[in-house]
Amino acid sequence: MDLVTEVRRGNLRAIARTISMIEDLEPEAEGLVDALYPYTGRSRILGVTGSPGAGKSSLVDRLITLERQRGRRVAVIAVDPSSPFSGGAILGDRLRMQTHATDGGVFIRSMASRGFLGGIAAATGDVIKVLDAAGYQSIFIETIGVGQAEIKIVELSDIVLLVLMPGAGDEIQAMKAGIMEIADIFVINKKDLSGADKLLAEVQYVLSFKSSVTGNDGEGGGPTGIGPQGVDNPILMTSAVHEDGIEQLQEAIEDYAGNSESCGKLAEKRRLRLERELLGILNRKVHELMDVHIEVSKQLPMWVERLYRRDARPYALINEQIRNFLKEKTGD
Amino acid sequence: MTATKTRILIAKPGLDGHDRGAKFIARALRDEGYEVIYTGIRQSPEAIVQTAIQEDVDFVGLSLLSGAHNELFPRVVDLLAANGAEDIIVFGGGIIPEEDIPSLKDKGVAAIFGPGTTTKQIVEFLESAREGS
Repeated sequence: MDLVTEVRRGNLRAIARTISMIEDLEPEAEGLVDALYPYTGRSRILGVTGSPGAGKSSLVDRLITLERQRGRRVAVIAVDPSSPFSGGAILGDRLRMQTHATDGGVFIRSMASRGFLGGIAAATGDVIKVLDAAGYQSIFIETIGVGQAEIKIVELSDIVLLVLMPGAGDEIQAMKAGIMEIADIFVINKKDLSGADKLLAEVQYVLSFKSSVTGNDGEGGGPTGIGPQGVDNPILMTSAVHEDGIEQLQEAIEDYAGNSESCGKLAEKRRLRLERELLGILNRKVHELMDVHIEVSKQLPMWVERLYRRDARPYALINEQIRNFLKEKTGD
Repeated sequence: MTATKTRILIAKPGLDGHDRGAKFIARALRDEGYEVIYTGIRQSPEAIVQTAIQEDVDFVGLSLLSGAHNELFPRVVDLLAANGAEDIIVFGGGIIPEEDIPSLKDKGVAAIFGPGTTTKQIVEFLESAREGS
C-alpha cells in the first residue's frame, strides 16, 4: 500500500497507520511527512484548550455537528496525558464525541502526550499535516486540561479557543500571564451555572489589559475585548450540554477566521508556526546527533557522579564534551 | 529511536450500562503501560469498528454483561474483516457462560476473560498475541 497516495485518497486505515508511525517515531515517518507536506495548508486548525472539566470535548462534539452541516470534513486530535510512571494512558475524550463515530466525514484520533509538556504531544504537529493532506477542511486539536503554562497549542493552531467555566474566578487571575494571552476566542461554558456573569466580567477585565483599547460591549455582537492589530477577541457564553450558544460560537469562529485572514494575521501566524517547527526539528536533530556522538545517555550517570563528588563543574564539563565533539568532526 | 506503543480499545457494545469492569480493565492496562482508548457504554458494533480503525489499535476488548455476546462479539469481528482490519485482535470479557466460549473462539474472538481474571492473565494474553501477529 502506497501510504501517501492512500492518505490523500482518504483511506482511513492508511491515515490511522501513518499517524501511528509518526507517533512511534518509525524511521519512515519523516519521509512520509515530507511527501505529504506539499498537500498541506488547506485546513483550518482550531486549538481548543482550557482547564480539566471545562467542557472542551462536549463543545468540540457540538461544533463537529455544525461543521458537518456546512459540508466540511472534520478531524479531531484529542490529547490526554500519559502516566509518568507506566507510560500508559487512558484516552477518554472521544467518549463525548462518539455520536460521530460512524460518520464517514469525521475522523477522531486520541493521542497520548507521551511525556511531552505543553498540553499536546510531540507528534501533534506532524499528525495535523497528515489530516490536512487527507482533505479534512476543519481540524480540531483538543489539548490536555491545562493550567497556566501549557501554551504550545498556539504554535499549532490558526485560532485558539480557551474554554472556561464558572467557579474558576481566581484561576482567571492566575492565568493572566499565560494562556489568557494566547487565546483568540474565549468561551464561558456551563453558562447556566451560577457565577457565569461574574466570570464574564473577570475575563473582560483581564482582556482589557491586552491592549490599550478597553473591552467594548457591542450591540448584538456580544461582549468583546480588543486584541492586537484590531482583531477582536470575542467572548462567548455557551452550554454544550444544553446546546445553547453553540451556533453563535461557530459564527464567531467564522468571523474571526475571516478577519484574521484578511488582515494578514493568519499568514503571519502560519509563518511563525513554520519557524517554530523548523527550530523544533533542528533542536531534536542536534540532540540526537549529540546523543550519538557524545553518548549522553551512556555517560550521564558518570557525569552526575563527578558533579556530585565535586570533581567537575557543570559548564566546564559540557563545554569540554562539545569541544571534543567539534574536534572529532573537523578531524575526519 | 522507534518507540512503539500498544494501543487497545476498550468498548462496551449492547445495552447494559455496567461499566465498572471495563473501567477497571482500562485502568489496569494503563498501569501496565498500554494506551487505552475508552469509549463508554452502549456502542454499536459499527461505531466500535470505526473507532478501532481510526485509533489504529492493536486490540479491541469488548465488555458485555447483557447476554448479547453471541450476537455482538462476532459482529465486531466480521465488521473489522469487512473493513480490511482483520489484523486487529478481538477479545472479550463479562458474564459469558462457559459453553459459549468455544463457538465465540470459532468465530474469531481470540480470548474470553470471565470474573476473577487477573491483570497478569490479560497482559500475558496481549503480549503473546502481539508477538504471534
